[in-house]
Amino acid sequence: MMLRMTAIVAGLALVLAGSAEAQTPRRGGTIRMTAPYGSSFTSLDIHTTQRAQDEIYAKALHRSLYIWDSAEGKPVPELAKEVIVSGGGLVQTFKLRDDAYFHNGRKMTADDVIWTFNRIMDGTKAYPGARYVRIIEGAAAVEKGQAKEISGLKKIDDFTLEMKLTEKVDPGFYFFTALTSIYPADEAAKDSFIQHPIGLGPFKFVEHVPGSRIVLERWDKFYKPGKPYADKIVISIMGEAAARDVAFRNKEIDTSVLGPAQYVAYQTDPNLKGTLVEVAEVFTRYMGMNPAFKPFADKRVRQAINYAIDSDLIINKLVKGKAYRATSWLPLTSPAYDKTMKPYPYDPAKAKQLLTEAGYPQGFEFEWTTSQNESWGLPIVSAVIPMLDKVGIKVKVKQVETAVLAEVVRTGDYQAFIYSQQSGPDPLAALKCFHSSTPQPACNYMNFRNPEFDKILDEAGQTDDAAKRTQLLQKANAFLYEEAPVWFFNYNKAVMAVQPWLHGIQQNPTEMTHQNVEDLWVDETSPAK
Amino acid sequence: MLSFLIRRLLQTIPTVLAVVLLVFVLFSVVPGSIASTLSDDVDPQVELRLKQQLGLNDPVYVRFGNYIGKLATGDFGTSFRTREPVTSMIAKRALPTLQLIFTAMAFSVLLGVPLGFIAALRPGGLVDSAAMIVAVTGLSIAKFWLGLVIMYVFALKLGWLPSFGYGDGGLKYLLLPALTLGVSPMALFARTTRAAVLEIMTADFVRTARSKGMSETRVVKWHVMRNALVIILTTVGLQFGGLMGQAVVVEKLFSWPGIGSLLVDSVLQRDVPAVQGSILVVVLAFLAINLVVDLLYGVIDPRIRYA
Repeated sequence: MMLRMTAIVAGLALVLAGSAEAQTPRRGGTIRMTAPYGSSFTSLDIHTTQRAQDEIYAKALHRSLYIWDSAEGKPVPELAKEVIVSGGGLVQTFKLRDDAYFHNGRKMTADDVIWTFNRIMDGTKAYPGARYVRIIEGAAAVEKGQAKEISGLKKIDDFTLEMKLTEKVDPGFYFFTALTSIYPADEAAKDSFIQHPIGLGPFKFVEHVPGSRIVLERWDKFYKPGKPYADKIVISIMGEAAARDVAFRNKEIDTSVLGPAQYVAYQTDPNLKGTLVEVAEVFTRYMGMNPAFKPFADKRVRQAINYAIDSDLIINKLVKGKAYRATSWLPLTSPAYDKTMKPYPYDPAKAKQLLTEAGYPQGFEFEWTTSQNESWGLPIVSAVIPMLDKVGIKVKVKQVETAVLAEVVRTGDYQAFIYSQQSGPDPLAALKCFHSSTPQPACNYMNFRNPEFDKILDEAGQTDDAAKRTQLLQKANAFLYEEAPVWFFNYNKAVMAVQPWLHGIQQNPTEMTHQNVEDLWVDETSPAK
Repeated sequence: MLSFLIRRLLQTIPTVLAVVLLVFVLFSVVPGSIASTLSDDVDPQVELRLKQQLGLNDPVYVRFGNYIGKLATGDFGTSFRTREPVTSMIAKRALPTLQLIFTAMAFSVLLGVPLGFIAALRPGGLVDSAAMIVAVTGLSIAKFWLGLVIMYVFALKLGWLPSFGYGDGGLKYLLLPALTLGVSPMALFARTTRAAVLEIMTADFVRTARSKGMSETRVVKWHVMRNALVIILTTVGLQFGGLMGQAVVVEKLFSWPGIGSLLVDSVLQRDVPAVQGSILVVVLAFLAINLVVDLLYGVIDPRIRYA
């Protein structure tokens, strides 16, 4: 008996030791990621492109002032050791790292940060990061060509930078994306930079085969001790889901983003079920309604639309469960998400009643602009049409390309449209899209104007009490639920298949494919050399 | 010969101009612009300035004139997206596309032409029926589906070859996409060859050759094959253009870094200079190949003279 007990304890100890050893990151090896959102990278100048596709490589090559920490669920300082807040929250003093080296061996200083932000605000270039840098005092003047340099940025010394903001926000939410990556001032001004980019990230550039792959190798002078773990990272461009599926099953790639059909297939395959990593991304899928179109000006009609559509059925049957039902605008992973909130129930009778009250007992007809997207496009519209028909609402479908849809929503040239819009990570910034002061082209696509809503949001922006701010944001979110400027469809569930030999994957709600690659490592079972 | 060459080269000018004009007109009526793909939140003033800078506010005829002026000096313009010269973008993509197309063509000619010949020599026989079933199937299958099946069989099930990517550009990576691309022309060459050979077999000069006691082998080699080659060559020349179009699907599926995938992304993002450049290169390649085919006619059939 005693002997058996000893054996069990010894066995347990061995198992535990084994698992502990398995969790010790291994140095070396190659990480093989995929870029699934197209057949190329837009540009090696990450300032010029806002596509999620491009940020995949940029996460390895570049660094911004902040970085998204998935474990904390918020942005944390990356290129600054300390951030001192003063001036009623409007002045941020960054104590920059003095051990961050660009891939050409030069140390980063405050000059590089200032040069980078001035570059992004060049009004002749329309850099997408400008919408974040605009939060710095004087940045808009540079964009308009009224000033040469951003007045709100001041170099105190080589490693101290003072930043004045135009409003009281957490700058972390504005400066964590690759769109605001810090460039080396001297190098980035050269034409050669676009062929051979230089950054501060854990991996340095080796080669780019346009339309095929980007290869990066470990940067030995990266400022985080012992990191990155891998020797090399290869990011293959694989826009076709079916091709990714074959490559993943063939162990040629380490990560693969899954669509609804593959999600079902992987869940039912015992060999692949364990590879799935899921996260509720900060994207809300919705049908926007134009208040200039008479029926949609009435709140009751907009609410009726929400009652008339069986969203759960569409999510389960059509989206194959690869989404979370939306209650209001803020997604599940938002710090201000209200768990007690219930979504609009499927209630056609209630919808009919509301339509009658609004003066549309026989319903009406509207034109619905949509793209081909399988998760938030034509297939969804096709499923909704008979549901709306049931309550007397007729739909005329207008199909356009994604590039055209982007223009349609910004110009307001629609009666209704279906879209996927970033609704986080910062709840205040996400809800600001519905503030009267936000122009339609910025992100107020429904041209929502409501003084009562503005008041709640302004109050949330002004308060220093975090709990009160959350409470006010939840109130604003509930207000949107009631006003129903959109049909609240779903929040994206991002699903990524990850090979068992790749460790350290973070469940990043801002975009699943955007990994802090210095934390990833491959064990010896990886077939990659 | 020289005057023929010069005349043919001069004939390409209106063709190129027509293609450039067509793309220009198409992109001026298609909604969406580069500005809408750059950022979700472009300041309207900035957007206006950007469009001005890129010349998008000018009327089509002005843009067309500017473009033709630059083109005459060999300048294909600058990409809206990557902000690098279109010529260097295309240069990076040209080799993989050429590798893919020529390998696919070699495979389809080497397999399709003999298959057609064998089928025609025993019309109605078992080999003929089998060859034609293969040919019709090859012509009917969708590229995308075929590529996936080929990937599944040769990479996943048999483990012989990688399923995707360019690797070092070697044959190992090239085989599967080239096979996918080559099946359809292979089928077409088999059918064309069969039809051509059957037609020539019943021609008067073949009957004359046989009645003079010439052996069947010599009849086929000297009369049938040479005459059939002219018809086959025409099909090969035309297929080059078709392959360039079909390469788009194959390149995208296999992550092959060619002009096709560049074209797709450029169209989606309204990168007009890159689209223009890509299409222009494809058109020029097509014209060049057809010129080479025309010159080869004379080598195969001495009766053909270039006046």
